[in-house]
Amino acid sequence: MIKIENLHKSYPIGKDSLHVLKGLDLHIKEGEFVSIMGSSGSGKSTLLNIVGLLDTHDEGKYYLNGQLIKDLNEKKAAILRNKFLGFVFQSFNLISYKTALENVALPLYYKGMGRKERLKIALEYLEKVGLKDWAEHLPNELSGGQKQRVAIARALVTKPKVVLADEPTGALDSTTTDSVMDLLKEINDEGMTVFVITHEEEVAAQTKRIVRLRDGVIISDKLTQQAKAV
Amino acid sequence: MKFIFDSDSWQEIYGSIRKNKIRTVITIIGVLWGIFLLVVLLGAARGMENGFTKLFGDFATNSVFVWTQSTDTPFKGYQKGRRFRLTDSDIEVLKSEYSDEIKFLAPRNQTNNLLVHDFKSSNYKVSGDYPVLDKIQKKKLLYGRFLNENDILSYAKVTVISEDMYKQLFDKGEEAIGQYIKINAINYKVVGVYGSSNGIDLDGDTAYIPYSTFKKVYNTGNKVDWMVITAAPDVDIEQMESDIILTLKSLHKVHPDDKRAFGSFNLGTQIDKLTGFLTGMQFLTWFVGIATLIAGVFAIGNILLITVKERTKEIGIRRAIGATPASIRQQIILESVFLTTVAGMLGIIFGGSILFAIDAAFGQGPDAALVNPTVNIPIILIAFATLITLGTLIGLIPAHVATIVKPIEALREE
Repeated sequence: MIKIENLHKSYPIGKDSLHVLKGLDLHIKEGEFVSIMGSSGSGKSTLLNIVGLLDTHDEGKYYLNGQLIKDLNEKKAAILRNKFLGFVFQSFNLISYKTALENVALPLYYKGMGRKERLKIALEYLEKVGLKDWAEHLPNELSGGQKQRVAIARALVTKPKVVLADEPTGALDSTTTDSVMDLLKEINDEGMTVFVITHEEEVAAQTKRIVRLRDGVIISDKLTQQAKAV
Repeated sequence: MKFIFDSDSWQEIYGSIRKNKIRTVITIIGVLWGIFLLVVLLGAARGMENGFTKLFGDFATNSVFVWTQSTDTPFKGYQKGRRFRLTDSDIEVLKSEYSDEIKFLAPRNQTNNLLVHDFKSSNYKVSGDYPVLDKIQKKKLLYGRFLNENDILSYAKVTVISEDMYKQLFDKGEEAIGQYIKINAINYKVVGVYGSSNGIDLDGDTAYIPYSTFKKVYNTGNKVDWMVITAAPDVDIEQMESDIILTLKSLHKVHPDDKRAFGSFNLGTQIDKLTGFLTGMQFLTWFVGIATLIAGVFAIGNILLITVKERTKEIGIRRAIGATPASIRQQIILESVFLTTVAGMLGIIFGGSILFAIDAAFGQGPDAALVNPTVNIPIILIAFATLITLGTLIGLIPAHVATIVKPIEALREE
């Protein structure tokens, strides 16, 4: 599903450049539940941005769904994002003046789907995350956990190949963290590839594979108890 | 172009406008003000123009008045300072030589006399005129008629007097038509009463009597006091004026360069000056209006730009979930066009209502400062089209800014 070979990325800082990713090799197969662990500055967010086509890499090869990602213009990247990827952010990133239902339906709008149809589908996904009754509420009327569940519904609504979650529980307390993680697990059980970035051990422990990054290189890549349990 | 008719585009615009109420209102006010000024200024200029037109309304504005003074150059054995008079034969010569250029020619003889009716009397100007005077200076007849050709031919002792003269000479409610008044001890039958004119009035309160009658009664022979000449359409009135005076000079053996012998007043030239002023004012109006309009549109661009900066994160989110740069751009341009259009329409409606109010307040009555202040629909449409074009163009700037920021950077913004 995601195949990365010798990935390099550096950011220019003034005259110097900061070498963030120093030759990563990573292969994530369909249906995996992977977490990327690392302290801040380890390059995990950069990796997610590159995988999520929000940023470009300097060197190496990146295959998404078997397709080599190279020289993408913004338009192509947008279409690929819409088609293959669903994003879940730490700060939820819901559009504040749209209701939960409209937020979930927005990716379908950019897909070119009609209003009625996309609202219907969005409602199904809201139901799936247990927020059907909150469909007409604005994000600021929802709790953090609810917001993140709306965001997850939004990430799922286009039936992506991969869900990318950037510190999905970073802004949540432990109870809601568990409920969000349960939801991600559930999604994964249905066959979705889930790619989580976190620095919390408990969160990572609930995934099936933990990849640890330090200073731009992978230091370990292990299956967890969860994977063995299955 | 499909996105314009897509209800979803409008849903999105509605959402973002609803979210940014204040900036939307400020933006709209900016453009509204511009087009409002344009409409009101153009309307006021038009009203002023109409006011002038009304002022000249009853008078043929392409007219020249010619009279004689005394020569200032000796010529053909005559000393300078010679006094002379226009004559009937001059009139005939001019009429035949300038038959193409002259539309109307009215020779006039005038004097002052005591007018008497029963026991009331007053001094008024008495003027010997041809019926053609009514064509040059339209008389507003309240009762009866003006002089006619028959009066001239039959040396009729008839007169047309003004409303004020009627009030002075007759009792209230008394029928004037058919009554006789004495002018210089001769009875004249009143055949018409005219009201005062709003515009130019050369004569004031004057008793008009037939030219032929005047000639006989006051024994003016073939002399003519002065004359009014109205040019035919498309005739260069200044050229006509100097040609006619040159002809008259040769008829009266006056040196061609004599500056004093003939006096003349060219109403056409005077009015041209005024019209020039009006044209200048209209140009100024356009200039100010369009400049304000452009300023307003720039304000829209500016505010959209700020909004785009404010919405960087939102735009980042949209792009992360699959919005293409083109769709973001369309969205912002459509928003800009929508705002300018709404603002433009409101401005036109608002300006129109103000013009309506101005018309109601100052546009009525005989002494109105602004008459019928209006703006032509095509002008409005042109201004509107310009506005929308400018709105589109200015929308391109924030739209571009919105798309050059990478989604990753946009998302990073907190």
